[in-house]
Amino acid sequence: MKKIFALLMAAVLTAGMLFSCGEKKEEVTVADDDFKLGVILLHDEASTYDLNFIEAVNRAAEALGLTEAQVIMRKNIPEGNECYEAAADLVDLGCDVIFADSFGHEDYMIKAAKEFKDVEFCHATGTKAHTENLPNFHNAFASIYEGRYLAGVAAGMKLNEMMAADETIVPKMGYVGAFTYAEVMSGYTSFYLGAKSVCPAVTMEVQFTGSWYDENEEKNAAIALMNNGCVLISQHADSMGAPSACEERNVPNVSYNGSTVAACPNTFIVSSKIDWTPYVKLICESKMNNVAIPADWTGTIETGSVVLTDVNTKAAAAGTVEKVAEVRAKLISGETKVYDTATEGFITVGGEALTSYMADVDTDAEFKGDTEVVKDGYFHESEYRSAPYFDVQIDGITLLNAKY
Amino acid sequence: MRNNKTSVHEPLFHVVKRDTIPLWKSMLIRVIAVAASLLVCSLLSMVLIKANPIEFLETLVDATFGSERRLWKFSKDAAVLLCIALAITPAFKMKFWNIGAEGQVLIGALASVACAFYLGKSMPNWALLIVMFVAAVISGAIWGGIPAIFKAKWGTNETLFTLMMNYAASGIVAFFLVKWTPSGSSVLGELKVGHLPEIVHPYLLIILAVIAITLFVFIYQSFTKHGYELSVVGESENTARYIGINVKKVIIRTMLLSGAICGIAGFLIVAGLDHSITETTVGGRGFTAIMVSWLAKFNPLVMILTAAFVTFLNQGASQISTFFNIDSSFPSMVVGIVLFFIIGCEFFINYKVKFRSTSKKEVK
Repeated sequence: MKKIFALLMAAVLTAGMLFSCGEKKEEVTVADDDFKLGVILLHDEASTYDLNFIEAVNRAAEALGLTEAQVIMRKNIPEGNECYEAAADLVDLGCDVIFADSFGHEDYMIKAAKEFKDVEFCHATGTKAHTENLPNFHNAFASIYEGRYLAGVAAGMKLNEMMAADETIVPKMGYVGAFTYAEVMSGYTSFYLGAKSVCPAVTMEVQFTGSWYDENEEKNAAIALMNNGCVLISQHADSMGAPSACEERNVPNVSYNGSTVAACPNTFIVSSKIDWTPYVKLICESKMNNVAIPADWTGTIETGSVVLTDVNTKAAAAGTVEKVAEVRAKLISGETKVYDTATEGFITVGGEALTSYMADVDTDAEFKGDTEVVKDGYFHESEYRSAPYFDVQIDGITLLNAKY
Repeated sequence: MRNNKTSVHEPLFHVVKRDTIPLWKSMLIRVIAVAASLLVCSLLSMVLIKANPIEFLETLVDATFGSERRLWKFSKDAAVLLCIALAITPAFKMKFWNIGAEGQVLIGALASVACAFYLGKSMPNWALLIVMFVAAVISGAIWGGIPAIFKAKWGTNETLFTLMMNYAASGIVAFFLVKWTPSGSSVLGELKVGHLPEIVHPYLLIILAVIAITLFVFIYQSFTKHGYELSVVGESENTARYIGINVKKVIIRTMLLSGAICGIAGFLIVAGLDHSITETTVGGRGFTAIMVSWLAKFNPLVMILTAAFVTFLNQGASQISTFFNIDSSFPSMVVGIVLFFIIGCEFFINYKVKFRSTSKKEVK
């Protein structure tokens, strides 16, 4: 089954690549020797978040034939003036493209972009490129909500299986989140909707930790959710806290940022993650070919930016692989929408259907909605800017502590 | 029995306290220690990361002196570290183990950011800067003063107390970050107001300010009654009490000063560099400063050298990690080895090792 899934994935990816290559006018270039890529990272390999970027940069460098001397990585750069200093130093070292990985780096990258106009500054997860209007500052994110939706489908299948085996089980899931921030809210809602698409009775409770990385807090939050009667756990935070708590109590877990199957062989179902390789390749190739880099780029399943790990058949319900592949194809074709507001009873807020929502797409000091994002029967996430802006609290999801 | 010969067992070597040692000799020992440590580091780099030792040393030096920009960054980083080291020095000289500089700087930074956040639109920049400065000084002094009052009045342990105050400070920062960012990201971003004016170079004003603080602390410690009192309290509280020094007052007063200078450091970081705050804005410099202060034996002028040296090492080590593309534990090892040698050499400055003389003495 694993093989079939892998083959399917490979087939779709190749198709996607062929498609995208066909569109491009110029063929992939051989890296020119002068080109240099600079990378600014918040932490180092020890953080799963940064490791994901480091691996992506290495894969992209290999694909483009960049030598070690052509890629300069600065690790452990805090979200302050040090980020600007690191960027300026990378410019001095001859970098043509500089890429930073953390949300808080953004203002300091903009500062550098204004000073060094010949260098391209690319920033992951940021929100300001589409309003700053600098020709050399760019944002990128991925439609990770589609990946979470697929992971949610796997979770829903598992719930169905558990309920079939034991009639007393109530399909309630638990979710450990970092902050009540759009990125997290968009993530847990899409996960919930994925589960709901196959298991309509599902509900979910969310516990926030107030930190992106706090192993203890994440573990405690997961345990609290399990004590509350949650029979399946997922999380959006960077440590192993929640997955390891699940393994201890033998509660199925849907992970994030990469597979945790090695540490949790009995409970890990599947994990979604963003693969930054396509974006790193894109920015390098654009600069080498003198093509403009998109100001605000959203990676998708099609670009290979949103990926799922292998399904752990030991923990997942039978038929998960096939079902996920089916839904994946429908997401790509556009037949299925994640935030589907047209289907009756799928997304409701206070019992009412969601027919209109003003999202805060422009990042200004107002923090007020400015763009209508519900139309054509679905919520248009990551279309008006790459970073998520879905922050609606929908029915079926209970926030246990919304203080963060 | 008288005729029996007993040989006294003498150890291979023994350690003798030195009386005094000329300055040039002690400096020579230190230079040798640094050279030896760098030699060990480059050998290690050869074994572990297959780097050419000369390349290794070049990279280390290049990180600070490689470009004008790096030299400025180095001077500024050293200045900020020096400022925090200067802040804790009077307290340490008084043997008040203030390991709460991290929190005192952070709370000063928070006060500055809060002023800019709330008052930024309602007053001109120069007035805002003054308000930010005063707020930082007062909040830093309060953060340092609380443990001092508890120590003076009830004899609480200042080490634990100041350490706990660090966690309290970062908790308060986390609270305000959530409050100030309705989007929920907890990232404040760069504030557009309350920036220090640029004189010649963005970092020059910070460096000049720290030079002024250095002179102030030097004069305060060496040439004022306050400075004399705090060193007597540090040597012996009983003596201080005997000669009529109000020990409680000296403890509180010194810690208020210590906290206030930490507050200034927080202000300089906010107004001169970050224009923002995170929980990690101070980034461990409050602890590194303790080492800087100790290495200089609490002498503010020598501290210029030790702050520069520690900054040089940190900057170089991080450059090595980038250049040789190794993970960041190797730079930490480099810094550790060098400091081990420097602290170790202090032993040889204070003591000398005597080896057993080859001819065995016999005692009748």
